[in-house]
Amino acid sequence: MISPLAMVAPLAQEMGSFWMPPKSSTVAPAVDGVFDFIFWICAVFFVGIVGVMVVFLFLYRRRPGHEAVKTATHNTALELTWSIIPLILVAVIFFVGFKVFLDMQTPPANAYEVQVSAQKWSWNFTYPNGYIDENLHVPLDRPVKLVMQAEDVIHSFYVPAFRIKMDVVPGRYTRTWFRATEPGEYVIFCTEYCGTGHSDMLAQVIVHEAGDFDTWLEQASNFLETLPPDEAGEKLFVSRGCPQCHTVDGSAGIGPSLQGLFGSSHALADGTMVTVEENYVRESILDPGAQISAGFEPVMPTYQGRLKDEEITAIIAYMKTLSGQ
Amino acid sequence: MATAGTNYLNHDKGILSWILTKDHKRIGVMYLGSITFAFFLGGVFALLVRTELLTAKKTIVEADTYNHLFTLHGAVMIFLFIIPGIPAALGNFVLPLMLGAKDVAFPRLNLASYHLWVLGCVFFLVTLGTGGLDTGWTFYTPYATTTNTAVIAATTGAFILGFASIFTGINFIVTIHRLRPPGMGWFDMPLFLWSLYATAVIQVLATPVLGITLLLLIVERALGVGIFDPGLGGDPVLFQHFFWFYSHPAVYIMILPAMGIISELVSIFSRKHIFGYRFIAFSSIAIALLGFLVWGHHMFVSGQSALLTMIFSALTFTVSIPSAIKVFNWLATMYKGSISLQTPMIYALSFIFLFGIGGLTGLFLGALATDVHLHDTYFVVAHFHYVMFGGTAIAFFGGLHLWWPKMTGKMYSEFWGRIAALFIFVGFNLTFFPQFLAGSHGMPRRYYNYLEQFTPLHQASTAGAFVMAAGLFLMAGYLAHSLFAGKKAPANPWGGASFEWQCTSPPPHDNFASPPEAKDPYDFDGLTWDESEEGYVRGS
Repeated sequence: MISPLAMVAPLAQEMGSFWMPPKSSTVAPAVDGVFDFIFWICAVFFVGIVGVMVVFLFLYRRRPGHEAVKTATHNTALELTWSIIPLILVAVIFFVGFKVFLDMQTPPANAYEVQVSAQKWSWNFTYPNGYIDENLHVPLDRPVKLVMQAEDVIHSFYVPAFRIKMDVVPGRYTRTWFRATEPGEYVIFCTEYCGTGHSDMLAQVIVHEAGDFDTWLEQASNFLETLPPDEAGEKLFVSRGCPQCHTVDGSAGIGPSLQGLFGSSHALADGTMVTVEENYVRESILDPGAQISAGFEPVMPTYQGRLKDEEITAIIAYMKTLSGQ
Repeated sequence: MATAGTNYLNHDKGILSWILTKDHKRIGVMYLGSITFAFFLGGVFALLVRTELLTAKKTIVEADTYNHLFTLHGAVMIFLFIIPGIPAALGNFVLPLMLGAKDVAFPRLNLASYHLWVLGCVFFLVTLGTGGLDTGWTFYTPYATTTNTAVIAATTGAFILGFASIFTGINFIVTIHRLRPPGMGWFDMPLFLWSLYATAVIQVLATPVLGITLLLLIVERALGVGIFDPGLGGDPVLFQHFFWFYSHPAVYIMILPAMGIISELVSIFSRKHIFGYRFIAFSSIAIALLGFLVWGHHMFVSGQSALLTMIFSALTFTVSIPSAIKVFNWLATMYKGSISLQTPMIYALSFIFLFGIGGLTGLFLGALATDVHLHDTYFVVAHFHYVMFGGTAIAFFGGLHLWWPKMTGKMYSEFWGRIAALFIFVGFNLTFFPQFLAGSHGMPRRYYNYLEQFTPLHQASTAGAFVMAAGLFLMAGYLAHSLFAGKKAPANPWGGASFEWQCTSPPPHDNFASPPEAKDPYDFDGLTWDESEEGYVRGS
């Protein structure tokens, strides 16, 4: 059995306060304020209800010589009182919750816009210059607006440290925004159940100090020119979410592992064999349903229009290194 | 009075006399046995889920299996256990007795309801055997239209179970309107009947919407007609509106009869007239009606408009008031009573404690700013288990222990009853309280792998699940034992004043030879303990 202290100790260090994770956005303190406000109302009511119950249990416990005493069977004034007081309290709770929610809903006009795309089971973040990354890099203290869409099923974008969450729905755009107040790295969860890899659909928000963000973006955007092809390919492999299904160490995944795959002779679901060479890889990326590997489900989405030819070339270069070429 | 020795259990013999019975008591008992099977099945899924979550990575099963397990846990518990639980099993047995009637208004419809339940259950078992189900019990589209698991079999099962529920609802509404005995007005009924009436209204009005929604889902999957799938020109959020238009009121199908049982328990075991009868009765009706107007609070971050979101949040808070009224009135009922801590009352007090937490944590989820953070985290999982298990299942156990002697004619072990109730209370809190903390720190629900920092909370939760399971097995053990070796039950073991305590335990086939004389179901005057009967009798 775990002692209560052992349960609480790691929370205090890694998880913020007793109830809440670290507060790292402008809305987080306001949300926590609403939480605390409701918490204390609840605490008073709960202690009151259970307290009265325990006192009654003690005072009026059935015992020899003790009889129930007839009291009034109703009292309209009393009952109205304990209907109206809670009604007023919940009206106040509604109001404070709504007020903070409006701030959370309304991005400032000068917000930096990032396009978010969610798919089983990875995130893509597209910056204004067209660069795509697998993590969300943002400048400190600047409002960031996310315009989000899903490629397949519903996902949900959640950053606990920022107290923001928004569903990402196929066929429509949804929006959310935040302004980070602490540099650092924060986890992004998918919070709408989306199948096998749902709990692995994580990413990071990386909050850069103001000047560092522009430097990072410029360097990151030029990776096809600045990096050797195989390293650029590895970066694309990660940023487009490929590792969610394809391992590079030979272990089983939702799709075939890329270790030793390039150049090998590979069995297809229809029983034929193919040699994995450049054109096969290209077709598998752009039209994944065309030739399915034996033993795997046809679940891969197409990357038609989402990867340029030189990017596919870089990925092929990366695959060659995984086959020792 | 019937001839000594004959009762509804031995009135007819043979398996067909049960399967084709029109006796509400036998149908209630068959429902009870069947939902117990469903509860066991759902419970096994729950234990497998909790065992898998013992470690942050794989513990015993793969991710896909885990997704099937939590889906089936939810679907079985909701559609096969909690929704029919109190109305169809306990309600069926007790409702006509409480009215002094010989049966429900439509005995054949009642039997049809049970047979539909069995058919729906078969579809769920077929689902288990033919690819399983991995959509979550909510069947959200477009995931549910695209997964290759047995969605059609499961939704067909839920569709059929919906009709079982509608039939019960129609029956209860008509029975309460038409079969009250002379002299029993609406405000002379036991409050359990008010709660069953309010429940029945929801069953009849909301369930068809679920049926239509599931049919549309089947049409989309089977025929490719675009309704919810954006790939076919549909709208996935529309499904959520349809689904919650039923499934939120369905939460009140689950909790209202539970509250009705608590009203009976608190009054009987305090030997006090229920306080504020009309407020409690009308609060059931208020919950049933307001419950139809709050479905959008499941969708605050779904992309629905901010105006809708605001309206749904405001309406949601109004539902909390009738629940609060009931709790205060129960406490007032205990005031200056003679409170006995027998097993059914322990469940009633557990209910007030656990439903208190479940209800109050709902305020965090009704408030918009906090819901955005807590939505789809373990905070929600903890909240609804405090309401659905801490509320409904605990009240079901309370009612089961209250009416067990009446149903079976046997007394169970009071000692083991209290021990099991304690195990369940402690185990339940150990299971679900840590989940509030995990959720408020950001742990999303339906996660197979989780971040290392949540490990201690998950392990506490898993330990609690096994403590709770021990309590439940103990309960199954002493209840089964009582059937064979239990003391013979008196007509009125607890001193209840409603009609069901006037007929023998177990009741005769026809319940009452003539309608009993209506009187206040909460007036305990003249009921005194008789040592030779080992039960309460009406003094002269």
